[in-house]
Amino acid sequence: MSVFAFYLFAVCAIAGGLFTVISRQPVHSVLWLILAFISSAGLFVLLGAEFVAMLLVIVYVGAVAVLFLFVVMMLDVDFAELKAEMAKYMPLALLVGVIILMQFVMAFGAWESNAAAEGLRAQPTPTDLHNTEALGAILYDQYFILFQLSGLILLTAMIGAIVLTLRHRPDIKRQDILAQIYRDPADAMELKDVKPGQGL
Amino acid sequence: MIGLEHYLTVAATLFVIGIFGLFLNRKNVIILLMSIELMLLAVNINMVAFSSFLGDMVGQVFTLFILTVAAAEAAIGLAILVCFFRNRGTIAVEDVNVMKG
Repeated sequence: MSVFAFYLFAVCAIAGGLFTVISRQPVHSVLWLILAFISSAGLFVLLGAEFVAMLLVIVYVGAVAVLFLFVVMMLDVDFAELKAEMAKYMPLALLVGVIILMQFVMAFGAWESNAAAEGLRAQPTPTDLHNTEALGAILYDQYFILFQLSGLILLTAMIGAIVLTLRHRPDIKRQDILAQIYRDPADAMELKDVKPGQGL
Repeated sequence: MIGLEHYLTVAATLFVIGIFGLFLNRKNVIILLMSIELMLLAVNINMVAFSSFLGDMVGQVFTLFILTVAAAEAAIGLAILVCFFRNRGTIAVEDVNVMKG
């Protein structure tokens, strides 16, 4: 059963990745990317890393892929024109891809796991804790500074994204807070003494 | 039985697909960013596979950090893309030559 699940997820992940790259419509690309992410999350579950798997679904599918989808739909780009020259780059791309694949195969053929690797573990996986619990115990203890720094990276990214995309258009009505604060009753209101039965 | 090698093969294939995409979509920055995401995903699969098969939690901890950096990178990259599109009306990489770099 787990063998079948592995092959299902692996084929889905690779097919998703491939169609992300060669798809003609960017929206389809994003959807294939989501398939690749979800399949990888399945692979992580098979590996016993449940927390990272759920994080992948939440962060990648929930945030990054939706961000891509927003941008693809927001930009009014003629994608057919951009894709027209794809065939021109195909030979070079295939060449580079095959070369790197060959290098991976060669490295893989020469690689063997070191017998001493078991003894070099920094944080052996605890057997009596769940994955999330064990990860939290390490993350908030040994890697606390890195954890804080990753928060700082996210803050920087947030500020950067806001600064880059914010624009002030002059011809739209906007809230002017200073004008609101300095507005006083004497200017804003006019008192009329209305006589009974006469009106204004 | 599924061993470490199977996961490494999947990760290597995804990584090569990512590089393939970088070369194939030379003009479309959005697909370029997606290819980079695919490569980071492949690295994450490697990390988690080794973490699982060696019984070391640190691989998963670093996967979290890679995820963080990937999310930040996607956000900044897309923000730059939107900004560039507003100024130039295109997202072709070959037109990015204002600074003559």
